[in-house]
Amino acid sequence: MKIAVCIKQVVSREWQVRVNDDKTWVRDQDAAWELNEPDAYALEEALRLKEKHGGEVVVVSAGPSRVTQVIREALARGADRAIHVNGDHLATADAFAAAEALAAALKDEQCDLILTGLQSDDQGFAQVGVMLAEHLGMAHSTIIMEVQVDGQHLKVKRELEGGWFQWIAMPLPAVLTIQSGINQLRYATLKGIMAAKKKEVKVVVAAAASAARQRIVSIYVPEKTKETRMIDGTPAEAAAELVRVLREDARVF
Amino acid sequence: MIFVIAEQKDGTLNRASWEAVVAAQQLGGPITIVVPGASVAGSASELAAADVAGVIALEHDALSAYTPDGFVAALAALITAESPSHVVLPHTYQTRDFAPKLAARLKAPLAADCVGVKAYEGGQAFVRLMFQGKVNADVVLEGEGPHIVTFQIGAFRVDAVKKGSAAAVIRQVAAEVDRSAIRQTPEAPFREAKQAVDLSQAERIVSVGRGIKGEEHIAIAKELADALHAELAASRPICDAGWLPMERQVGSSGQTVAPKLYLALGISGAIQHVVGMKGTRTIVAINKDAEAPIFELADYGIVGDLFEVVPAMIAALKA
Ligand SMILES: Cc1cc2nc3c(=O)[nH]c(=O)nc-3n(C[C@H](O)[C@H](O)[C@H](O)COP(=O)(O)OP(=O)(O)OC[C@H]3O[C@@H](n4cnc5c(N)ncnc54)[C@H](O)[C@@H]3O)c2cc1C
Ligand SMILES: Nc1ncnc2c1ncn2[C@@H]1O[C@H](COP(=O)(O)O)[C@@H](O)[C@H]1O
Repeated sequence: MKIAVCIKQVVSREWQVRVNDDKTWVRDQDAAWELNEPDAYALEEALRLKEKHGGEVVVVSAGPSRVTQVIREALARGADRAIHVNGDHLATADAFAAAEALAAALKDEQCDLILTGLQSDDQGFAQVGVMLAEHLGMAHSTIIMEVQVDGQHLKVKRELEGGWFQWIAMPLPAVLTIQSGINQLRYATLKGIMAAKKKEVKVVVAAAASAARQRIVSIYVPEKTKETRMIDGTPAEAAAELVRVLREDARVF
Repeated sequence: MIFVIAEQKDGTLNRASWEAVVAAQQLGGPITIVVPGASVAGSASELAAADVAGVIALEHDALSAYTPDGFVAALAALITAESPSHVVLPHTYQTRDFAPKLAARLKAPLAADCVGVKAYEGGQAFVRLMFQGKVNADVVLEGEGPHIVTFQIGAFRVDAVKKGSAAAVIRQVAAEVDRSAIRQTPEAPFREAKQAVDLSQAERIVSVGRGIKGEEHIAIAKELADALHAELAASRPICDAGWLPMERQVGSSGQTVAPKLYLALGISGAIQHVVGMKGTRTIVAINKDAEAPIFELADYGIVGDLFEVVPAMIAALKA
């Protein structure tokens, strides 16, 4: 079974988001980067499916040169090879353009399954995987918490709101968007890191994107609407004051 | 014409559909509500009470159970025939599943999970959260096709819906769906084994997020919970990691709680978490990042290291 996993590099959760001067993006020149969290789960799921059914795991990332960091990480965790769709404009591309770039890289790969994360931690479109399915004419399902493959048949457990789930059957090939928590992640071993150095990374230059469909006109820190009483002091002082106000003002115990 | 796509299940409309109607009414201009399904006459007549130009009951047997292939086929055909300027949907899990495919098929722009609308250069900008809710972005949609917009649940208030003076005209439209082109076969929804803890009844909750760092530290949160006679809960990553059972997860894919006190320890305040606890009377956040979105919601906040503040709270409670 041939499985592709779309992986996105995003600013790390620990990085303090700072808006740039013209307020259209963040000052990511000095950002720390990491693999988008649900994509790590998608990769792990692909590796487990390969262990069970055999085949190949190809990771694909669209973005500027810096995304080789997450490509190397995915190869070290066990992906067999990688495709890097290289283009500076992909760093801030909208979902349509990202899906187009990924589709161009994957259309001749004849994948049985393409896994993506359900949402990116930066722009958070929750669109790219589903659009990719449409571009490639493949069936899809989203927010997946379990994957079962039996020959050409696929059965997935889809998460619904409020703790409900649903099983859905569909044929291969298919695109699935994977929810965090579907499995327990493995991390790269030293052996994996060494092995990754010899794995193939195909770099393709991204075609010029079709016209943007979504344009950011302003990014800003949201205004506070609620009045929060911030309690200062040393940890001991703040804790004592908090306990007092909860008892005497808020009367919650 | 603005289309609103309403969502019903077995004849019952969800609240989020009404919120989408409110959003469309605030956009301004004539509105047609579309309700897809197998037999949706009941839902259509409920929706006709809104102050809108019309309601379309978009019906086909193949739409009785939701599938993305079926819904995209039916809606793409209708939208192509009627050319609305905007298509507004509630950002439910069902919308997430098909709206991007619909947009890609129509080559139309899609702004997802928006929380508001602003006037911008003669048109509109839509407000969405980015970078895990740490910043807002005003985005404008461009290019061919209707502008498709999905709104976050709770972004508009159902009670703000404008009712019409008379019921709107309902039009029955037979959906163009080729049953053989639907690839997904869904089974009935189910819940995992009955939950042993019902957090919805808890008066006080101490909830831990990724700031707790490791499974071994859950114990200090438990100690604080005991001192407050509170239940222990968590954000999703804690349950994903198996540090606490799934049944203690609060949020859109977990439990919804409304205690007197919700004490968030090392939780950033992502929207999917917040929807599960914003009905709380008193929200307290302890977080080392002064800009964490959870502080926008908190009644009381301490910016600090939970590993210093929590032991001090336990000591103060025992004093
Ligand atoms: C479809 C979907 C459904 C989802 N459903 C849910 C759901 O039901 N429930 C849910 O919770 N999430 C859900 N999520 C995930 C959600 O988007 C967030 O990723 C998640 O809530 C983040 O959890 P967190 O706040 O614990 O972690 P993070 O966002 O990583 O935040 C950790 C916080 O801890 C703080 N911190 C770190 N160290 C310390 C310290 N020593 N002292 C004090 N503070 C510290 C940091 O400043 C940060 O603010 C869902 C996501 C999707 C896409
Ligand atoms: N530039 C990209 N390169 C590779 N994969 C991507 C890219 N953008 C999005 N994806 C994939 O699509 C998923 C959903 O992203 P989004 O639609 O941006 O929320 C992510 O979790 C990734 O798996």
